[in-house]
Amino acid sequence: MKDFMFIFHNGSNAGKLSPEEMQDNMQQWMAWIDKLKAKELYVAGEALLPAGKMVKGPKGVVTDGPFAESKELVGGFFIVKAASLDEAVEMAKDCPDLPLNGTVEVREVMVFEGM
Amino acid sequence: MQPASNTPRQIVDHLFRHESGKMIAVLTRIFGMHNLSLAEDVVQEAFLKAVQTWTFNQVPDNPAAWLMTVARNKALDIIRRQQHFRALSGELAYQLQHATESTVRQLFLDTEITDSQLRMIFACCHPSLKEEDQIALTLKTVSGFGTTEIARALVTNEAVIQKRLYRARQLIREQGIQLEIPCGGELTARLETVYTVLYLLFNEGYNSLKADELIREDLCMEAMRLCLLLSEHKVGRQPATFALLSLMCLQASRFDSRMDENNGIILLQHQDRSSWNRELINMGYHYLRQSSCGDRLTVYHIESAIAAEHCLAPTFEETNWERMLQLYTLLLEHKPMPVVQLNRAIVLAQLGQQAAAIREITAIPGIEKLLDTHHIYSAVLGDLYLQAGDKPNACKHLTAALRLTVSLAEKKLIQQKLEKAGEGEK
Repeated sequence: MKDFMFIFHNGSNAGKLSPEEMQDNMQQWMAWIDKLKAKELYVAGEALLPAGKMVKGPKGVVTDGPFAESKELVGGFFIVKAASLDEAVEMAKDCPDLPLNGTVEVREVMVFEGM
Repeated sequence: MQPASNTPRQIVDHLFRHESGKMIAVLTRIFGMHNLSLAEDVVQEAFLKAVQTWTFNQVPDNPAAWLMTVARNKALDIIRRQQHFRALSGELAYQLQHATESTVRQLFLDTEITDSQLRMIFACCHPSLKEEDQIALTLKTVSGFGTTEIARALVTNEAVIQKRLYRARQLIREQGIQLEIPCGGELTARLETVYTVLYLLFNEGYNSLKADELIREDLCMEAMRLCLLLSEHKVGRQPATFALLSLMCLQASRFDSRMDENNGIILLQHQDRSSWNRELINMGYHYLRQSSCGDRLTVYHIESAIAAEHCLAPTFEETNWERMLQLYTLLLEHKPMPVVQLNRAIVLAQLGQQAAAIREITAIPGIEKLLDTHHIYSAVLGDLYLQAGDKPNACKHLTAALRLTVSLAEKKLIQQKLEKAGEGEK
């Protein structure tokens, strides 16, 4: 089994949810994590606050951001176990934010061997 | 990181929706009705924090209290960020800030939360607002419904609801409507409006044929929850409140029995009485007893008494029709409406007075249009003619009813009656 990272980009419709829909979405996330944990495929995960700073370039220029209205805003990440990239992609299709126009970036964690 | 057990993490149904109303009420009491949108932002932030924290960690033992604490801390943050203490000496500023924060903490105590919710209901039902705006604002602000959910529940589109909410908020700002509990005669008048809004909310859920079943049940439950909240507060603990609550319980007891698989209404006489919810019926009796003090008879008292008579009768035929006639005659005085007259006519027919019943229905103002649009009127009138032996008229109205109803069960029943009416015709 290899490690993969799921990087969650917020959906454009995530900010328009009613309290009932937010609770429903949260329950789906919990159920998803609990399911992955039960199969021992869940390694770690965190959510990120929307506010932050960007440090950029040789001069280390600091700007505010990322911005909440940005479509690319990363809302959190998982590290999961899967046999292959294809399998990881299948797992990512369960992400509860997809119906809200969310995106999951699926990346394999690089392993350095023989060093 | 790992949850303590392998059981799925469950949160009580509608927690966010219900807590939304509570938090908005308390926060609006702190920041003022003119800052309603600030209160809504704070609530949204509290939910976002809950979603992130609970999803990746454990759900707290008391999620509702957790949300309230987050809302309280965010409110205190906002107050500390405000500049208005800066114009004062350090000592005075400290005292004022300390006093303000202590008041804010007080407002987050349970008894004050209920009080704030009640004030919010009163504000949403302010007489300056149109009835449709009162309903939309109550659902949004007190009940935590989203605009899409309100539109679904009231069978309209989102733009219409947004317009109503916008209009209501504008009026609140313009008129400086505050979160307060009116006193004296104004309280009595305001309670009347609150009853009307709750009654409409309940009926919208109970009677609307177009909305989907799930959101309709939500509406009925919400109306009952708010009515219960009203009955638990000293200013709302009135005979009329209990009468309305009783009516809602007794009606809701038949919620699952009143519709067939095609969303068609099953008339009372054809409902399976064993499927009525006994627990709700008993609650209804309980509140009806509580409503019978004081000297004012309201429509809710009469309607609740009628609903109770139905629940008391083991079968439709065994209903106490003499008593029903008294109750409907009384109701007609308080509420002169076609549907009341129709029901009074049905009672007359049960007492063997078919001719009087037919006269009663044909005397309803605007009956021609009702017969053309509502199958109930045609079905009842056709049935009465059949009982009276007037087969041509029975055929005419039953055929109309057959065309108007969407319920398969109803269609079958009307068809059977039509066959009877057709006998000897050909």
